[in-house]
Amino acid sequence: MVSADFFALAYLGAAVLFILGIKGLSHPKTANRGNTLAMLGMALAIGITLLDGRISEYLWIFAAMALGAFIGIPLANKVKTTQLPQMVALFNGLVGLAAAAVAGGEFLRSETLNALTVTGQTEIALSALIGTLTFSGSVIAAGKLHGWVTSKPVTMPLGHWSTLVVLLATLGVAACFSVYGGEATLLVMIGLTFLLGLMLVLPIGGADMPVVVALFNAYSGWAGVATGFMLSNIVLVVGGSLVGASGLILTFIMCQAMNRSFLNVILGGFGAGDGEEVAGADLGDKTIQQAGVEDAAFMMGNARKVVLIPGYGMAVAQAQHALREVMDVLESQGLEVSFAIHPVAGRMPGHMNVLLAEADVPYENVVEMDTINPQFPQTDVVLVIGANDVVNPDAKNVQSSPLYGMPILEAYKAKTVYVVKRSMRSGYSGVENALFYQDNTYMIFGDAKDVCEKLSGALKDA
Amino acid sequence: MEITTLTFLVTVLVFAGFIGYFVIWGVTPALHTPLMAVTNAISGIVVIAAMFVAGAEEFSPVVWEMLPDSVDADKLFYARLLGFFGVMLASINIFGGFAITRRMLSMFRKQGRE
Repeated sequence: MVSADFFALAYLGAAVLFILGIKGLSHPKTANRGNTLAMLGMALAIGITLLDGRISEYLWIFAAMALGAFIGIPLANKVKTTQLPQMVALFNGLVGLAAAAVAGGEFLRSETLNALTVTGQTEIALSALIGTLTFSGSVIAAGKLHGWVTSKPVTMPLGHWSTLVVLLATLGVAACFSVYGGEATLLVMIGLTFLLGLMLVLPIGGADMPVVVALFNAYSGWAGVATGFMLSNIVLVVGGSLVGASGLILTFIMCQAMNRSFLNVILGGFGAGDGEEVAGADLGDKTIQQAGVEDAAFMMGNARKVVLIPGYGMAVAQAQHALREVMDVLESQGLEVSFAIHPVAGRMPGHMNVLLAEADVPYENVVEMDTINPQFPQTDVVLVIGANDVVNPDAKNVQSSPLYGMPILEAYKAKTVYVVKRSMRSGYSGVENALFYQDNTYMIFGDAKDVCEKLSGALKDA
Repeated sequence: MEITTLTFLVTVLVFAGFIGYFVIWGVTPALHTPLMAVTNAISGIVVIAAMFVAGAEEFSPVVWEMLPDSVDADKLFYARLLGFFGVMLASINIFGGFAITRRMLSMFRKQGRE
């Protein structure tokens, strides 16, 4: 019989590997090694658990793992980079469901073997509660991102009051289960929690899903922590809290980048009036100026420094490869080209970076907001592709604007700005964009991919 | 005098939380999507908990035969099914999460070498 200390130390080793694994992501060069370290940590944790004397039946475990690999690996290899957000949301949900299943199984086992205590029941309740909430909320989030569920905010009857009632009922039943136990009580609690997850996420608009996905990423970690308490296991507590911390920090970063409080996002309803006009700067009777692709090609041909600002519109149009072409042509003509990335560009934190990496844009050419902003005054041409609110100067200059205070890419400081857009529809916030009306801004209407292809063609000809 | 397991676990939780906080802030924003994918895989660590349920000793044929009649065998069977389900779901996360992280990182890496 191996001592409990041996297992504890091995789990500690696995926990350290997880920490080192995430630390590897501090730079792309060490990232792959980080992923391998985390994999080793997982293998160590699973291997050591198999040696545990309390486990004596292996067939079902191995069958379940093989089934998981059989489903998980093809899923990971087939998913398109634009679909990554819903994939991550789905994975969050699966962990939640797993935690809830474990809590249910542990309850049935302990109940039949008469091994239940109030502490044990509380831990089971917590595990089932966080797990179920993560599952139902994540499924709706994934559905909204994938288009199975309407991305419009769905208001609940009686608004947030009904959600509050369900929340209180859930907590009440959970407390009741913690003290008295009972199968029926647990089932009612799980049912209520499932409903609560739906009611929490349905009212949140599609464009806020990045925040929701990050938040449920955190919950999936906390669900692991709860099961760790249930089974008094260190590696579950450490692994879970790393994931929990990661999700919370990403949630915080997303909220900051949108200049909205966490509560404001969660209470939802924002962006309900899609495309409605909200008062911005007094634009007077200013008009936009339109330009053709050839004009932009001509200006770029005579420029020294060009900054490309991709937004969600670029991702939707799948224009990343065409945009890389533009970069290649410009660089071959000796220009300095950078991509400027706003933290909320794309559909989840860092999504735009992955899309550009997929299109072989070198890491060095992709620049974060704080680094690129001081460079705009020396930039000859900015090309905005499918981005809107993140380049709206009102966020800096107009105190009455709903966007005021949101950090932006200061494209308006560049010498000339070209904006590729499908139409004059306003951005997600519904706010008019003053950048479009500037004297040095020209609009190119059309599909992002189409425009980028024509642009690189025109640049080659010039 | 020894501390209880609960206190010990709370201590571990608080320290792990702090470590997580500092390590996560060190992750470059460009890799935030791979970070979420790798945390998807790491949260699959609940597989450990599910293994303890699915492979519990009362399910080994010897112990199973010796269970007293007062024990509800059906309930135990459902417990095992839930454990199996938990191992499978967590494994989807582990295999899928690490595989997709690797795939994404290879996109960043292939242009790293010039």
